Amino acid sequence: MSLIKGETGDWEVVIGLEVHAQVISNAKLFSGAATAFGAEPNTQVSLVDAAFPGMLPVINKHCVEQAVKTGLGIDAQINLVSVFDRKNYFYADLPPGYQISQYTRPIVGKGKLAIDLADGSTREIAITRLHLEQDAGKSLHDQHPSQTYVDLNRAGVALMEIVSEPDLRSAEEAGAYLKKLRSILRYLGTCDGNMEEGSMRCDCNVSVRKSGDPLGTRCEIKNVNSIRFVMQAIEHEARRQIAVIEEGGTIRQETRLFDSGRGVTRPMRSKEEAHDYRYFPDPDLLPLELDAEWVAALKRDLPELPDAKKARFATQYKLSSYDADVLVDEQANAEYFEAVAKGRDAKLACNWVTGDLFGALNKLGLDIARSPVKAGDLGALLDLIADNTISGRIAKDVFAEMLASGKSAASIVDEKGLRQVTDIGAIEQAIDAVLAKETGKIAEYRAGKDKLFGFFVGQVMKATQGKANPGLVNELLKKKLSG
Amino acid sequence: MSELTELGLAEARDGLRAKKFSAREMTQAHIVSVAAARSLNAYLCETPEQALAMAAESDARLARGEARPLEGLPLAIKDLFCTENVPTTAGSRILEGFKPPYESTVTANLWRDGAVMLGKTNLDEFAMGSSNITSAYGQVENPWRRRGDNRPLVPGGSSGGSAAAVAARTALAATGTDTGGSIRQPASFCGIVGLKPTYGRCSRWGIVAFASSLDQAGPMTRSVRDAAVMLKSMSGHDPKDSTSAPVPVPDFEAALTGDIRGLKVGIPREYRIDGMPAEIEALWQRGIGWLKSAGAVPVEVSLKMTKYALPAYYIIAPAEASSNLARYDGVRFGLRVQGDSLDAMYEATRAQGFGAEVRRRILIGTYVLSAGYYDAYYLKAQRVRTLIARDFDEAFKSCDVLLTPTAPSAAFAIGEKSDDPIAMYLNDVFTVTVNLAGLPGISVPAGLSSDGLPLGLQVIGRAFDEETVLRAGEVIERAAQFTAKPQFIAGSA
Repeated sequence: MSLIKGETGDWEVVIGLEVHAQVISNAKLFSGAATAFGAEPNTQVSLVDAAFPGMLPVINKHCVEQAVKTGLGIDAQINLVSVFDRKNYFYADLPPGYQISQYTRPIVGKGKLAIDLADGSTREIAITRLHLEQDAGKSLHDQHPSQTYVDLNRAGVALMEIVSEPDLRSAEEAGAYLKKLRSILRYLGTCDGNMEEGSMRCDCNVSVRKSGDPLGTRCEIKNVNSIRFVMQAIEHEARRQIAVIEEGGTIRQETRLFDSGRGVTRPMRSKEEAHDYRYFPDPDLLPLELDAEWVAALKRDLPELPDAKKARFATQYKLSSYDADVLVDEQANAEYFEAVAKGRDAKLACNWVTGDLFGALNKLGLDIARSPVKAGDLGALLDLIADNTISGRIAKDVFAEMLASGKSAASIVDEKGLRQVTDIGAIEQAIDAVLAKETGKIAEYRAGKDKLFGFFVGQVMKATQGKANPGLVNELLKKKLSG
Repeated sequence: MSELTELGLAEARDGLRAKKFSAREMTQAHIVSVAAARSLNAYLCETPEQALAMAAESDARLARGEARPLEGLPLAIKDLFCTENVPTTAGSRILEGFKPPYESTVTANLWRDGAVMLGKTNLDEFAMGSSNITSAYGQVENPWRRRGDNRPLVPGGSSGGSAAAVAARTALAATGTDTGGSIRQPASFCGIVGLKPTYGRCSRWGIVAFASSLDQAGPMTRSVRDAAVMLKSMSGHDPKDSTSAPVPVPDFEAALTGDIRGLKVGIPREYRIDGMPAEIEALWQRGIGWLKSAGAVPVEVSLKMTKYALPAYYIIAPAEASSNLARYDGVRFGLRVQGDSLDAMYEATRAQGFGAEVRRRILIGTYVLSAGYYDAYYLKAQRVRTLIARDFDEAFKSCDVLLTPTAPSAAFAIGEKSDDPIAMYLNDVFTVTVNLAGLPGISVPAGLSSDGLPLGLQVIGRAFDEETVLRAGEVIERAAQFTAKPQFIAGSA
């Protein structure tokens, strides 16, 4: 547990997160309107979304399926009967004057999620609930000096609100929670987790206390839109609260906003100004009833999730916990790795994928789906190392060329004549030529200057343009020098 | 007055098919009567050109022998139904000038079946009222007058425009909606038939919502047979309304066999309320007698929760309304009154856009849903609602239908009750229970009060058993021989 040192001693930070995850779905939660990101304002709005008189919501089954899958992915109880409620408040980007949400009877109940910490340990975080709700539209305040424009493209889009227990104890843990949750959502294909596009947003409930004390008064930081900002916001908010208390003040329960430019949180509204949402069951919708068989079938068809995959990678491929973490974080990376590792040296495959490939993609700013080198191509390169066609050293050059040209490893090796020399006679010839020129160094070596061995290897490799098999060079050189 | 406007819906249908007259003649006769009855203020919007175009299409189909079920039959539509490109106001200033780019499912069903639209009828604002005096576009006059008294009377509400239009022969029939009695009570006041179907029988899609869990569309006609014919076209499962029932639509007209031998008719003892006029009690007894003569068996039943129905209704309906009406905010459609801020714009728009009764109900609804009051009001009212439904379940173990008066009085004069909202709410005492339980109920004109005003009897049935309700209703209709006509008939001076 990481504590924060204050003037009066150590403080424990208590954090609960509410994540709003936009459901991957072609249509909205209660209307058939499209949901694609980045469309022209008000081009993806149905009469239902715009709350015209007499319009009625109809639940989108796909969104329900996505919520159930997500519930199963966080090992949660699926409620076979849940109820949609209206959360009433007025705002210009909320056309009906209420948001359809789930209040007392959510679709998903208690679940849990294991977070991976930097020291290699894991911690289980309890999840209170997951419920389905509609997103609101967007108010655009910067289009006109005195008027606000409203874009309803987002109005009615399905969100899953995933609420954790106040189990997190540091900004680092909060970050790890969000990373793991995002990873699970992406594995399940239920949310793309793109925080910068707003398809995953986070409200952070933060309080501080001295160890052993009851929970302190919390503040909620609304709508933080990156994991880094969440960590910064929590860190700042915890220190702010500690400073207030240590200066003799008290924390007011309030809603705050994170100013990412200045790295601080500032008040938005106090508890007294909080809305009375007047929740009540939406009479336009019947209770949502799920068939137990249908849920069971979804459970059977769940993909392997990050934790299970990580455990399998450790046993099946003998990977370190760190390597496994890096590979399973994104499902596409794990798939890529497995395609490369299949029938090959897994450790070598892991090094190439996490080292050379990820490094290159990072530099190119590409994700793995758009990698110029596909898994099969990388595998073929590793095969050339394995069968001694090229050395590991030459393979790096070939890989660079593959990235640049998109050509296969074999054709690059052929075109550039990079095939490794394994002909003992040819290597001996090269060694003899080197040794003939370096009689002085031979004497020094034989007199005990062992370090010169590397020099001889280097010279032989240079003479063969790096193509000589390094193992053979070592072996033959040793023989010649000792002879 | 034209003979064509005197026909019933079913008679007109049969006459058109027999080529006794054309759809154009039928429509033209009604356009004339609509214009002649403007003093009633029953119509908010007349659509004669559209009506004639629809009639022309009907004549073409009739000529080809391809008549649809309601081919060429002119109807009036309550202005709570959204009609494509035709102004739809819900009787409110806040929707002034609003032309929906869509057609409600129920009206679309009627046009699909060949009906002709004459126009949109006046109503209490957002269907909130029992007298039609809350309309932002002026009250509607009941075409009936008390004997020896020329004061204008209310047509009932909220479907008062529809009831007056049908009673005054300006439409063969009309659509209404019923949240707490808004079809049955004005039908009773205007001497016509009004049927509230089972909740879920007709789609609510495209009907301006008042209280979503109670609202239901239904026919308002001059005979039970006409109600059966019209209900068939209005009904049906609609995937766009999650509360619409996926049940088959029976041939309601075929249910009118006149045979109710052995039918058990429940008489709820709790409906004998204090202060109910003796003539209504007498009418009720006459109704029991008619059904008995036709072979039915009256049985006394108990609906214990009846006295809690009205308070429960006046919590649930405003609660839902307060949320349903939040969309009228001046942002996207209808009235906008500018303000210095978003909140100021909301306040100005809603203060000017909504009338007093709508504002009152929004305030009540907001209050009963508020933190700290929800359990005491809304939740308790929902529990009462469950118990009311259980009362009916119990009663229907020993009977097939219930017979009650429709309203505790005949039509009253404009202004008589308007200063006392509670007295006004009492109009719904016999009708709201049916909405709370989601059951079908019909009001059939059964007699005249001592001063010559129509009085209705209500038949209530099991959920989705409109057939039995209609059958029993038709027996009452035959026995009552209600032939009286209102003093005002369009075109008769």
